[in-house]
Amino acid sequence: MREPDEGVEEEGTPDRLYAVTGGRTQASRDAGLDLVSLIVSRQEPRPGMPPEHADILRLCGNPTSIAEISSYLALPFSAVTVLLADLVERDQVEVRAPLPAAHRRNTTLIKEVMDGLGKL
Amino acid sequence: MDWESSDTSASDGVASDTIAAPRRGPRKEDVLPASVTAAVKIVIVGGFGVGKTTLVGSVSEIRPLRTEETMTQAGVGVDDTLGVEEKVTTTVAMDFGRISLNDRLVLYLFGTPGQQRFWFLWRGLFDGALGAVVLVDTRRLEVSFDVIGQLEERQVPFVVANNAFPGAPRHAAEELRAALDLPQHVPIVDCDARQRASSRDVLMKLMHYLHDLALTPERL
Repeated sequence: MREPDEGVEEEGTPDRLYAVTGGRTQASRDAGLDLVSLIVSRQEPRPGMPPEHADILRLCGNPTSIAEISSYLALPFSAVTVLLADLVERDQVEVRAPLPAAHRRNTTLIKEVMDGLGKL
Repeated sequence: MDWESSDTSASDGVASDTIAAPRRGPRKEDVLPASVTAAVKIVIVGGFGVGKTTLVGSVSEIRPLRTEETMTQAGVGVDDTLGVEEKVTTTVAMDFGRISLNDRLVLYLFGTPGQQRFWFLWRGLFDGALGAVVLVDTRRLEVSFDVIGQLEERQVPFVVANNAFPGAPRHAAEELRAALDLPQHVPIVDCDARQRASSRDVLMKLMHYLHDLALTPERL
């Protein structure tokens, strides 16, 4: 399988991304979102909504990680977090935060992961 | 993908309840149940072509997906006197997979290049991870030095997995430990990233290591 390394670095299209996020950047709106924050829609997409917002609401009927949203909508992680910040602000999505690194010491969680891996 | 196509559903005057389904999304069987409350992640890090995506794909319940980030750098040959900064934008990609551990908890696996300049693109990639797997190719061990140093500095627990490539020099674990200057307590395992059971055992090794560390925290 192809590796996503130096070989796939390519020319970007910043103008397009600028348009999608209304010119805002990640730094200006930080909702503390992580690649594995799980997003769940709180409402159906509505007509007249920005299409990217509607896409996210449609995609996240069930818990969906930001990494998956980025992949399915072919948008960079930072663009997705900017779009999500809008949806979070309007209470249109629920964010299920990932477990923090403190859980590296949580033996109950570690055993839960082991049990899950054991079923593979 | 042609993301511009997503414009059409909302702009061509269709009634509110007939907005077209997205053209891309998970297959029905790839949708997580509503009961999932939280995710954890493990990062697979290694040099180009070492088999990160192969490992991710062999244990993932979904076909590996790809997330991208753009990276803006100052262009070469900028003429400061003009007051115009030239920027070069590149796209960096990372493949990932997913394992549902139970009905509440899901594990994501990210395969990332060894160059740390990429790590900052995805906020919290390592800092929020349970741990990391450093996948090494004994034909190009030097690639791993910097990665291991970075993980130690960030206090990210890791195991070293030696992906056994055909024709690669065979290293006993202790030879590899000496070559990589690894502390005695860092586990080293051989694996075949193409095999699900072998890749799963690498992840299991990391979890056993985390368990040991949790009981003897002074090591971290």
